[in-house]
Amino acid sequence: MPETSASGSRTIRVAVNGTEYEQSVEPRLLLVDFLRHDLGLTGTHVGCEHGVCGACTITFDDAPVRSCLMFAVQADGHRIGTIEGMAEGETLHPLQMAFWELGGLQCGFCTPGFLIAARDLLARNPDPTEQAVREGLTGNLCRCTGYQSIVAAVLEAARRLRQAPQGKAGEP
Amino acid sequence: MKPAPFAYCDPQTLEEALELLARHGEEAKILAGGQTLGPLLNMRLAMPAVLIDINGIAALEHRRADTKGLAIGALTRQSALEDDADVGALQPLLALTLPQIAHRAIRNRGTVGGSLAHADPAAEWPAIATLLGAELIVQSRARGTRIIPVQEFFITHLTTALAADEILCEVRLPPSAPGSGYAVLEFARRHGDFALAGAMARLTRDAAGRLRDPRLVLFGVGKRPERASCAEAMLAGARPEAGLFAAAAQTAAGETDPYDDLHASARYRRHLAGVLAGRALEQAFARTGEDGHA
Repeated sequence: MPETSASGSRTIRVAVNGTEYEQSVEPRLLLVDFLRHDLGLTGTHVGCEHGVCGACTITFDDAPVRSCLMFAVQADGHRIGTIEGMAEGETLHPLQMAFWELGGLQCGFCTPGFLIAARDLLARNPDPTEQAVREGLTGNLCRCTGYQSIVAAVLEAARRLRQAPQGKAGEP
Repeated sequence: MKPAPFAYCDPQTLEEALELLARHGEEAKILAGGQTLGPLLNMRLAMPAVLIDINGIAALEHRRADTKGLAIGALTRQSALEDDADVGALQPLLALTLPQIAHRAIRNRGTVGGSLAHADPAAEWPAIATLLGAELIVQSRARGTRIIPVQEFFITHLTTALAADEILCEVRLPPSAPGSGYAVLEFARRHGDFALAGAMARLTRDAAGRLRDPRLVLFGVGKRPERASCAEAMLAGARPEAGLFAAAAQTAAGETDPYDDLHASARYRRHLAGVLAGRALEQAFARTGEDGHA
């Protein structure tokens, strides 16, 4: 059966934002470090490294997960989505636009994680109450905004997405 | 903050996993959802020589419902259960509790078996299993299958009856009696965080309006979740008259053995437990009826 020694490495194939990568990794390499260091996708941030802050949130087979709590070897054969895949070319996702316009970010460190979590929240609940947005984002910490403007931005993006024609850019 | 080096295996069958565990014993750790083991590895509080990643074992993600209740494979993700309307209908306590387990990104990865095997006294799954009287199905290469009743499974803080060569494979929950009302209440600084104290209740009334087989579990206030047996005895067979739930809740709080830590004092935890128990009983009772939870 497949077994990789502590000093050994394993070749993984992973699709990140639709691009296939083949890379050799040692077992203990965290998925977030693989994305940042090996692939150069530094939009995913490393915050607490123990699953509390949400800054490293990505999608794994389309579901948001903490990339600091997974190993790169576990991504073999799977689909990853990061913040780099959120905008469509130069067109920002409606969530990104709303964060920009309504001050949903200040330093920006937590923002990629918030955007990934918020996109999933709106996909599951396109018309959330303010309370649902707050509860849906409790897994992400922001130390600048006090959350008010983040909640306002998510509600505004939800409103725009509900009005947007089906299949347009930024579909959550 | 990076994990210490470890050898990595990803068996695709339970037999392979049990074989690896038998070979490596205490040197090895089972990696399921990794939402607790991950932080421990990152902080090097755990430094296993071998990590046995069971995420590839599809046979551990099953769900089976029959007259004996609901059997849930240990590798089932919390969010998969949360999104399964059939599960919520069969076992209303799960529909109420699953959304309160950590955060969605954690539930997408975290597993039922991982939570049970980790046995955090403030976690929801040990409390669910305790309240419903679950059975835990464990396997080892040497001794085959064992069925462990929940009251023998949780021993103390982070300690279960699982042997070093055993894997938790399934949890079996008995069926919900028709007309049962459930409630789960937690007090936490932030929605989804571990509760400072939590209460779960199940109440059922008979045709004469008397309570039948009442269950009350307090969690986060002791070494393991416990049924408040004195409070349950006060409730059993009683008609819910004014003051009954408040009195039972006070008794339940007195049965707890909470601890001091940096989040809360033992005294405060016991106070919370009493308040939450009272509210949980009121809520559960309001949800009793012909067809289970309202």
